[in-house]
Amino acid sequence: MIKAILIFNNHGKPRLSKFYEHYTEDTEQQIIRETFHLVSKRDENICNFLEGGLLIGGSDNKLIYRHYATLYFVFCVDSSESELGILDLIQVFVETLDKCFENVCELDLIFHVDKVHNILAEMVMGGMVLETNMSEIITQVEAQGKMEKSEAGIAGAPARAVSAVKNMNLPEMPKNINIGDISIKVPNLPSFK
Amino acid sequence: MREIMVRAMYCEMLGYDASFTYIHAIKLAQQGGLLEKRVGYLAVSLFLNEGHELLLLLVNTVLKDLQSTNLIEACMALTVVAQVFPKDMIPAVLPLVEDKLSHPKEIIRRKAVLALYKFYLIAPNQVQHIHAKFRKALCDKDPGVMTSSLHIYLQLIRSPDSYKDMTGSFVTILKQVVGGKLPLDFNYHSVPAPWLQIQLLRILSLLGKEDQSTSELMYEVLDESLRRAEMNHNITYAILYECVKAVYTIHPKAELLEKAARCIGNFVLSPKINLKYLGLKALTYVVQHDAKLALQHQMTIIECLDHSDFTIKRETLELLFRITNAQNVTVIVEKMLDFLRICNDEHTIIHLVGKVADYVPIKTLTFAPDNSWFIQTMNDVFSIGGDLLQQDVPNNFLRLLAEGSESKEEDDQLRLYAVDSYLTVLKGHTSHLPQCFLQVMSWVLGEYAHLQESVDQREVIRLLTQLLDQRSVSSETRVWILSALTKISEGQTDLILDLAESLSSSQDTVLRQQAQELRHLSQDSHKTSSKPLCKNVDSSLSFLDGFVSEALAAGAAPYKPPHQRQEELCEDRALNLEPYGFSLPVSLSSCSITDRQSPTLLSVSSGLSGNSTELSQKAGSSTLILEGVKRVWGKDGYLPQKEATAPPVDEPSAAVQPPSQQEAAERIEPRPDPSTQNQDKQQLASSLFVGLGVGSSMSLLGKSEAPPLRFRKKPRPHESSSSSSGTSERSSDSSSRSSRNTTDSFLYSSLLEEEPAASISAFDHTPKSTTANGLAQNKDTKEDRRANTSQILGGDMVIVRPSTIQDKHPPSVSSDLTALLPADLKDLPHSDVISLTSDPSLSLSSCRLFRDEALLPLVVTTEEYGKLWLSLSHDVKQNLKLLTDAGDPLRTTLNALKDALQLHVVDIIGSEGIVACRLLSGAPCLLHCRVNGTALAMWLRSPHPALPDCILYHCQRALAHH
Repeated sequence: MIKAILIFNNHGKPRLSKFYEHYTEDTEQQIIRETFHLVSKRDENICNFLEGGLLIGGSDNKLIYRHYATLYFVFCVDSSESELGILDLIQVFVETLDKCFENVCELDLIFHVDKVHNILAEMVMGGMVLETNMSEIITQVEAQGKMEKSEAGIAGAPARAVSAVKNMNLPEMPKNINIGDISIKVPNLPSFK
Repeated sequence: MREIMVRAMYCEMLGYDASFTYIHAIKLAQQGGLLEKRVGYLAVSLFLNEGHELLLLLVNTVLKDLQSTNLIEACMALTVVAQVFPKDMIPAVLPLVEDKLSHPKEIIRRKAVLALYKFYLIAPNQVQHIHAKFRKALCDKDPGVMTSSLHIYLQLIRSPDSYKDMTGSFVTILKQVVGGKLPLDFNYHSVPAPWLQIQLLRILSLLGKEDQSTSELMYEVLDESLRRAEMNHNITYAILYECVKAVYTIHPKAELLEKAARCIGNFVLSPKINLKYLGLKALTYVVQHDAKLALQHQMTIIECLDHSDFTIKRETLELLFRITNAQNVTVIVEKMLDFLRICNDEHTIIHLVGKVADYVPIKTLTFAPDNSWFIQTMNDVFSIGGDLLQQDVPNNFLRLLAEGSESKEEDDQLRLYAVDSYLTVLKGHTSHLPQCFLQVMSWVLGEYAHLQESVDQREVIRLLTQLLDQRSVSSETRVWILSALTKISEGQTDLILDLAESLSSSQDTVLRQQAQELRHLSQDSHKTSSKPLCKNVDSSLSFLDGFVSEALAAGAAPYKPPHQRQEELCEDRALNLEPYGFSLPVSLSSCSITDRQSPTLLSVSSGLSGNSTELSQKAGSSTLILEGVKRVWGKDGYLPQKEATAPPVDEPSAAVQPPSQQEAAERIEPRPDPSTQNQDKQQLASSLFVGLGVGSSMSLLGKSEAPPLRFRKKPRPHESSSSSSGTSERSSDSSSRSSRNTTDSFLYSSLLEEEPAASISAFDHTPKSTTANGLAQNKDTKEDRRANTSQILGGDMVIVRPSTIQDKHPPSVSSDLTALLPADLKDLPHSDVISLTSDPSLSLSSCRLFRDEALLPLVVTTEEYGKLWLSLSHDVKQNLKLLTDAGDPLRTTLNALKDALQLHVVDIIGSEGIVACRLLSGAPCLLHCRVNGTALAMWLRSPHPALPDCILYHCQRALAHH
């Protein structure tokens, strides 16, 4: 099964991390750092597999990674996954992201963390590969997005109306008070002295 | 709130503590609208783990959402259930998730299947009742649901027996997938559902492992997969790789193997580095079955060895490690050490060093023993591996030195060399040496420094004292050094007294105590000379007898040995609690697989890490005792003793050269010589792959278990041809002898020389072909037996060398067979005369003569047995296979053992049986067998410490061959 999915940039800043097994906060950070350390040292023209080492659960595990422009996509898997299969799964994941964000870039991952996680959840569930079919993933994500929007439309309407009213009233009220206060206080000051 | 939560997630990912938001995440999941709920669930699954207490707050929400009619809510709930869910709350949601299995939407069904799988992983016993539903999921009309159910089966089939019946359905599924019956959306780069195929192939290989009938079902579809996967895309290679692995895992079929081998070739030769890596992996896997394949790709492997990629290099070493044999071991180990020197990854070092260290001693002892190389390599291992080594590596090494092999001179030579090399090391710069190396050195010097006469003991003491003064030496190492000093201190009172004086003010209490002891010992010199007294440890504790009988008289419960108690405790559970499985001599792969098997002998050296002088002295004396005992069990299972060193009876010792140079030469010459490759690589290749080329029989030699096996198989063709004419027999004998220069052929040829002579003198007529066959058969069985004897004797006793000789005589003279024996054999003990054939035209009978040592049946009554049993001290317990093919399994098994090993079945009572045998020299061995489920619990006792182990081993072999 897949133990962890990490995305970080060329400087080792994590952009997405998803662990399917529990580690403490510190270990997770350490894993990210060490993985980056291992992966970033490697040239472009050598293979995309790394024996996991001590990071996650010992020698049974492998790191499978791909490097796209500024981002590293690293999957940490155990021996029950096929190496080349995972490599292509990364490809599918990236292509899906690309479709959903239209030319995905690092910033998309930063500003839409939740969306990326949702896409990932459609592909991998609890460490198991759920869906590998790109169009299917996109349909699911879009269907959910649509439903949420429509619900947000119905449920959000009264709230929006209220806030609109508030926004209309708010600017006037304080202005009057403030201006009144100031205008009152300022002329009085010299007269007291 | 939603935005804040997303930012909290981001902070958490960057490593900042955002635990204050956890409760809000749960609240969000509970209260919010769909959008909020979604973020809430997501945050929960990122923040919390299965054991987190806040999760309890979420259970109700999840339950509510699971029942929701909203598709998305249900989906989210299922996702969160599969990601994080407290174990003890599973029963609460289980029925709901089960209901989802019949949900009309396939996405829900699929997620439900995975959630159930997750439950299975967390708490397998709670999901047992829904296995039938898993089957239903497998037959789901939607391929997606079926795919997710494969995850479950991949896990379940790890224990394949109860799923053999499903092989057919998996094969059908794979056939349909490969045949392109799935909807087009499942195609990825125009390959139909590749991930699905990969999983199916894995399942099939698990199912077909060592099971011919199941494997036959899948040959066709595997062939089809291999054929279809020919497009040049990564994912097809992924499928191919799984295919190849499956082909080599299941029961072999020549045609498929050939195709698979060609595929591996494609992988290895591919310019794409990823594929090359997989090719190497596949090769590593495959060489266990067929070492010759590595030979085809040797140049590529050499290239990979120098590859800039660390992963590839490591994989290559792994591969080389698998093909190690007597001739290339030096080169391969050297390569590994080179790699270790440049490698800085801690994990890799531990991993590899462990391997080298495990390997080197075995290889050295079983192959060509070259003391200097062995010690030098171990020095390298210790200094590179340093303190990363696991503790058992130095322990095993020390044990090896302490126990030694069967010849004393050889051991002493090894030890002497070790002492020499350590002295050299110590004279150099020592501060950088790892602690465990120092410990090993001080132990060896303490034990064996006296062997080296040319070196002054004072010099040794001086060097060790120097070590003590060093700051970098840890206090544990100091204790080791001090005990070493204690051992060699005799007669050097002045030096020692100074030392003891200076140390008795040490901060470390253990050190101080040792120093005190050392001082007293050296002042009172006859205390040290009393050392040999501890040699005679009364292992039967007879001095306690009086006490025991008093206690018994006073009503105490009689003592039961621990395993008997244990057995009584777990009788009803009928679990096999035996700690170690015996490693049967299986095949080429046995070497690497059984590496970790524990030796039966206690680790002597582990006792030496103890802290006090007395302890180390005691341990020292126990090693003294063990010196007489052979090393029967190694890490590799049974270590056949090198017959080369046994005293030869009638053969010049030149015939027993270890198989080194000649084979190497043979190998190098016939190799194809691609002129394009440069010379170095050729040379390297020749040294690496030497020994693989001559054929599988040659590489078998690399395994310790091989000789007896070969011994048994080889004679057949020679024998059957032999009886046709005397002259051709002679020539075939001599040719067979010259063709094999292994140690066992020595035995074989010495047999042949005597046997044909005897048989020819006994029958002058030319036998018909049928009788000839019969003769050959009989000879074979006898030889088997003889092989057994030689095993027992060579493997176990102190100075035994089998030389049983069989003669055949016409029945007319059977009344006085011994009269016909050659004069020099007449006086030897012999077994009963057995008639070998009932053919009227030919009758032959045989008896066995024993020159030195052999196993004989011991005829005793049950009462005598009982008495004897109580008087014996060394016992061993083990579960053996029970032959179940007949009506009375116990009787069948015991009879089989009786036939194979010359045992005497004393009595069989119910499910228990008692068996007895003895050595020719008199040492009895009693066996107590009990049927325990499908196993035979065997309990052996003997006065001889190593005899039970040895007999047990042969029983196991006899049963395995039955």
